[in-house]
Amino acid sequence: MASDAEDFGSQMKDIDYHAFPDQHGRFGAYGGTFVAETLIAPLEELTEAYTRLRDDPDFQREFDDDLKHYVGRPSPIYHARRLSERIGGAQILLKREDLNHTGAHKINNTVGQALVARAMGKRRIIAETGAGQHGVATATVCARFGMQCVVYMGAVDIERQKINVHRMKLLGAEVVPVTSGSRTLKDALNEALRDWVTNVAGTFYIIGTVAGPHPYPMMVRDFNAVVGREARAQMLERYGRLPDVLTACVGGGSNAIGLFHAFLNDREVRIVGAEAAGEGLASGRHAASLAAGRPGVLHGNRTYVLCDDDGQIVETHSLSAGLDYPGVGPEHAFLKDSGRAEYVGVSDDEALAAFHLLCETEGILPALESSHAVAQAIKLARGMPEDGLILCNLSGRGDKDVHTIAQREGLPL
Amino acid sequence: MNRIDRRFDEVLSRGRTALVPFVTAGDPLPQATVAVMHALVEAGADLIELGVPFSDPMADGPVIQHADERALRRHVGIADILGWVREFRERDTDTPIVLMGYLNPIETHGIECFACEAVAAGVDGALVVDCPIEEGATLQPLRDAGLRRILLVAPTTSDARLAHAIEAGEGYLYYVSFAGITGAARLSAVDIAQRVSGLRARARVPVAVGFGIKDAEGAKAVAAFSDAVVIGSALVEALAGAATHDDACRRAREFLAPIRAALGED
Repeated sequence: MASDAEDFGSQMKDIDYHAFPDQHGRFGAYGGTFVAETLIAPLEELTEAYTRLRDDPDFQREFDDDLKHYVGRPSPIYHARRLSERIGGAQILLKREDLNHTGAHKINNTVGQALVARAMGKRRIIAETGAGQHGVATATVCARFGMQCVVYMGAVDIERQKINVHRMKLLGAEVVPVTSGSRTLKDALNEALRDWVTNVAGTFYIIGTVAGPHPYPMMVRDFNAVVGREARAQMLERYGRLPDVLTACVGGGSNAIGLFHAFLNDREVRIVGAEAAGEGLASGRHAASLAAGRPGVLHGNRTYVLCDDDGQIVETHSLSAGLDYPGVGPEHAFLKDSGRAEYVGVSDDEALAAFHLLCETEGILPALESSHAVAQAIKLARGMPEDGLILCNLSGRGDKDVHTIAQREGLPL
Repeated sequence: MNRIDRRFDEVLSRGRTALVPFVTAGDPLPQATVAVMHALVEAGADLIELGVPFSDPMADGPVIQHADERALRRHVGIADILGWVREFRERDTDTPIVLMGYLNPIETHGIECFACEAVAAGVDGALVVDCPIEEGATLQPLRDAGLRRILLVAPTTSDARLAHAIEAGEGYLYYVSFAGITGAARLSAVDIAQRVSGLRARARVPVAVGFGIKDAEGAKAVAAFSDAVVIGSALVEALAGAATHDDACRRAREFLAPIRAALGED
């Protein structure tokens, strides 16, 4: 396996990773537009609008201005010295997306898409959410832009993310529980697509991750790519060099591609995505589409999926709702096959241990999703020299997870 | 000659509108699917669309999603479905069968493998909901094996894509009567009559209209301007909850017969 990946990787060494997707929304063999005919017209309308806005300096200026004054960018890079000393190995640096308004990277994308919606004259916004972070980020921008907001959320996720559900309601959003299928993120996505296809004329669908049909994987990546652009400049400014390794957690993969993208053509930077291994890859109870899945088609794109031998998408498991998704963004599938990035599983227990360690050593309470990236950084740091630099995307803060963690550890709240 | 083409030649040459019921394979009872198919033919079906259940049927409404979920709880897979088609063909060699489903189960089965097995079992066409014209190359093995590739056309389909669909469509074009999911409640025959008439004038194959037709009255209205009427969710809903094999067949006949009568008998 490894040698196959290396062979393929060496063929790909001249590739310009910033040239993807192609005009059909393909990242190599992945991506594309695998949707019913009824969705084609709205997707074409969106592609046309976004392609125009992408090159519009006024649009970009307004986006940048909102990122600075509303989101609070740039987010700092913080050297986690005490954590690094405790581990004994490379230095762990944290890209502090948890310090953004609403507490996660998700706001970068929702601000961008809300601006696109406004430019297209759409006043009703719909979204799907898993952990609730994207739902909150969407409800937030809808309040800010005075738009109607409907958020689809799996009934199981509503139960385990009560605080975020309430936050969305406070922000004026309607939260619709989804009771079909596994009642998690993938079912919420199905339901949101149904709403869109039925109410397409005045409705804009803000997808929260780099999955879905073209142009979503490209557009969501573009809006999150500010994370890596900032981080790359900050590294050069503060440390005079690029990091040796990047780590980020990967569910759908938006925070990961956001960090990775600016570094894809820096071949000396090793890129490692941490997927949710749940109770262990061998247990079958996990959400590691890249590490343990196979190429397939789900939610409008060709990518790695977790499915059974009949091609049915299986129920996934992760302690963190935001990683609990059986697919993954097509660009990650492409980066895996090309060998440019590695994707590994981090278990619930490993993530939880990293969560506690970061709390204790740095006074930072990371989201359970981000704790997977921290756990992977810790694993890698142990095998590296002390002057090594690992840049870890701390994609969100963990306040929303306090209840889940207390419950898991048997502490009454 | 493919059974779909032959059947449409027969039906249209007699000035009739074809009646196309859709049922989810394996629902409400896996052992009843073949009998339900025969019952539908007895009650006047000209062609049967057989749904291949998928865990994430994003273009379908709740009725068909629930049918898929029920079938999947009983582990209905492609091998079972092709087995039922083979069994159906022991008694019925004329009624065309179109499998309707999503790409992932077909690809996981192996697309070449699926194509050959489907043809051998007696399947005549395939409608892969989440594979639009742009991704059509994916489905070439189905065509190579002799299956008709049925395409969807929507009210929102642009003129350029319509021309492409007319060029690429085989068997029949499935006109989605409004931009929505299966089984949704809106249907204005007046609105779509004009578009379908325009499409029929240009199309090389018959035009079937579906999505939102619930009863004899709706079917009759649509029949006035189309070559075929597709009825899915309402039939699936009528079958849901059938406790026995005989009950399912009775429900199928009782649902379809009045619609057949409204469209005109032979």
